[in-house]
Amino acid sequence: MGVNLDINVHHLTRVEGHGNIVVNVREGRLERAYLEIVEAPRYFEAILKGRNYKEAAIITSRICGICCLGHQMASLKATEEALGIEVSEQTVLLRKLLTDGATIQSHILHALFLASPDFVGKSSVFAMIGEYKDVVAKALKIKYVANLVSEVVGGRAVHPITPVPGGFTRIPESGELKALREKIQEIVPDLDFTVELMRQLIDSIPNFERETEYISLQCDDEYALYDGDIYSSDIGRVPVEEYKRMTNEFVVPHSTSKHCRANRESYMVGALARFNNNHEKLSEKAQRAAERMNLKAPCYNPYMNTIAQVVECVHCAEDAIRIIDRLLNCGLKDEKPDQEPKKYGRGIGATEVPRGILYHDYIYDRKEQIIKADCIIPTGQNLENIDYDMRKLVPEIIDEPREEIVKKLEMLVRAYDPCISCSVHMLDVEFVE
Amino acid sequence: MKKRGKIKVAFFDFTGCEGCQLNKLNLENQLLDILEHVDIVEFREAMDDKAEFYDIAFVEGSISTPECVNRINDIRRRSKVLVAIGACATNGGINSLKNIHDIDEVRETVYREHKYLFPTLPAMPLHAIVKVDYKIYGCPMTQEEFLKVFKSLVMGKKPQQPDYAVCVECKLKENECLLQRGIFCLGPVTRAGCGARCPSFGQSCIGCRGFVSNINQNASIEVLKRYGYSVEEAVKRMNMFNVTEMKM
Repeated sequence: MGVNLDINVHHLTRVEGHGNIVVNVREGRLERAYLEIVEAPRYFEAILKGRNYKEAAIITSRICGICCLGHQMASLKATEEALGIEVSEQTVLLRKLLTDGATIQSHILHALFLASPDFVGKSSVFAMIGEYKDVVAKALKIKYVANLVSEVVGGRAVHPITPVPGGFTRIPESGELKALREKIQEIVPDLDFTVELMRQLIDSIPNFERETEYISLQCDDEYALYDGDIYSSDIGRVPVEEYKRMTNEFVVPHSTSKHCRANRESYMVGALARFNNNHEKLSEKAQRAAERMNLKAPCYNPYMNTIAQVVECVHCAEDAIRIIDRLLNCGLKDEKPDQEPKKYGRGIGATEVPRGILYHDYIYDRKEQIIKADCIIPTGQNLENIDYDMRKLVPEIIDEPREEIVKKLEMLVRAYDPCISCSVHMLDVEFVE
Repeated sequence: MKKRGKIKVAFFDFTGCEGCQLNKLNLENQLLDILEHVDIVEFREAMDDKAEFYDIAFVEGSISTPECVNRINDIRRRSKVLVAIGACATNGGINSLKNIHDIDEVRETVYREHKYLFPTLPAMPLHAIVKVDYKIYGCPMTQEEFLKVFKSLVMGKKPQQPDYAVCVECKLKENECLLQRGIFCLGPVTRAGCGARCPSFGQSCIGCRGFVSNINQNASIEVLKRYGYSVEEAVKRMNMFNVTEMKM
């Protein structure tokens, strides 16, 4: 027992890495396997107290540079619901366009920069430049265009400026949207190339399955990303208001990020959960891309999350073009956001970010200030599921060479695209044999 | 800066959102060019390699745990030039908002009875712990300013950075003054260099680049009072990114 404690201490005093994999195997028996999160806590729920409703989205977008758009969306939705602020159809369309761009940006960063080095046996995307220069160049191009969506509509790729409660501080001009449409058209072949690349690399994905509960948003008329009800593969649809029942946050000593569970020991959120729950709402082209990469719903292999991300990129590019066409056909209106609170109370905003479903929940007082805030991020929701995956995976691969086990564990965690990481090799793997 | 061999450049991140790191990865086209002139020896966000010594260390994020203190001291020892990047590293940024609350209450709000599991310090900028040679401001830092400072340092020059208010850049862009339109704005007290990006997109300046160095805080609050904002409100808004720079 003392040895276990030693490992934890050892890891906490290490200077590198914000997350560590801890695995104990003794006499062939698995004693412990979990992902340790040592990222410094930032206390957003505490610092939101007393802040004005116009500041909430600005502050919470700083929770994460990569999911900044998603945090803004969830935050704005929560604030608008709490204060009775309504938004126009144009605002919703522009927000969905931003969501498409942010999804492509984040997924491509993960699939091609962070995960694909594993598939081709390289240590990083930099090491891929020589042999796989075209892949890197195409990844950069797709990412550039995805960021352009945020720049044109949001004013900036990281921490967008224009989305505020009630609408946008600036509406893009039709010429800007037309130019953006052309750019998105240009990356459609690059996304096809990415699908083909993944199809060829599919054998590098470990053959591992663990069926779990899959939770995402769901709506009737489209593949749910910006809006919808909560949907669980175990119990079906649940209103967003009941999100606490579907998250049940709890603290574990090995993680500064809280863990979650819903209807069983753990659940999964993110691209694979969305694919499993809503695949029939994907565009036809995205469905064909899934078939080409051998992704079929329901898929119980968490490593396939990266493939589901590529499928979503194909869908989002098409969706972005469709939205731009609709905005251009209707004609852009120079709307000013109506930011006047009509009431004061509680509002819950749920949206999908690249890594999964995200909730913001605020209570406002009459001084237009937050008195209570709750934010539940996707990576936190996935952590318990990652731990359970590792506990099933390790005994299955225990006879393989040590490097192979390490690689498969790293790839597993990476497949979830955890937001603590933003890294290829942030993981230190500690074995006690 | 270095006569022979490529300059060794490293990137590190502390408490923050990694948005500044991401902004570097978003340099897309320039990224491959940069790699021809320097050796990136550590960059946790994108690679695995580690090095013993760095010519230039770019450091993002605030110091907010005892472990951060040890790590930044270690990085300083190994670095010839240390550059703080982004609001979290240059003045504490959004993280330091927690400093205006009772620290125990902050910890209880988030972790309740488990609050003792994770040691916490008030969020601090890097210069509170180690010597910082240069600062690239902003939340997030701009890619333009990062490239400008980066190029200067690689060429062995001292980077030139503005120390006047965002209003100067906003006027140059011929934007209508937001304060005069009845919108709260921190342009008059905030350090320029962003090209008045937020006011140009119809959003007020939120002060993410920190205050100009010769700020007259009382006078600036007087100005905001003239536009109808209470002292309490002005101070609170100025706090959002600048808790560690406030003099009241």
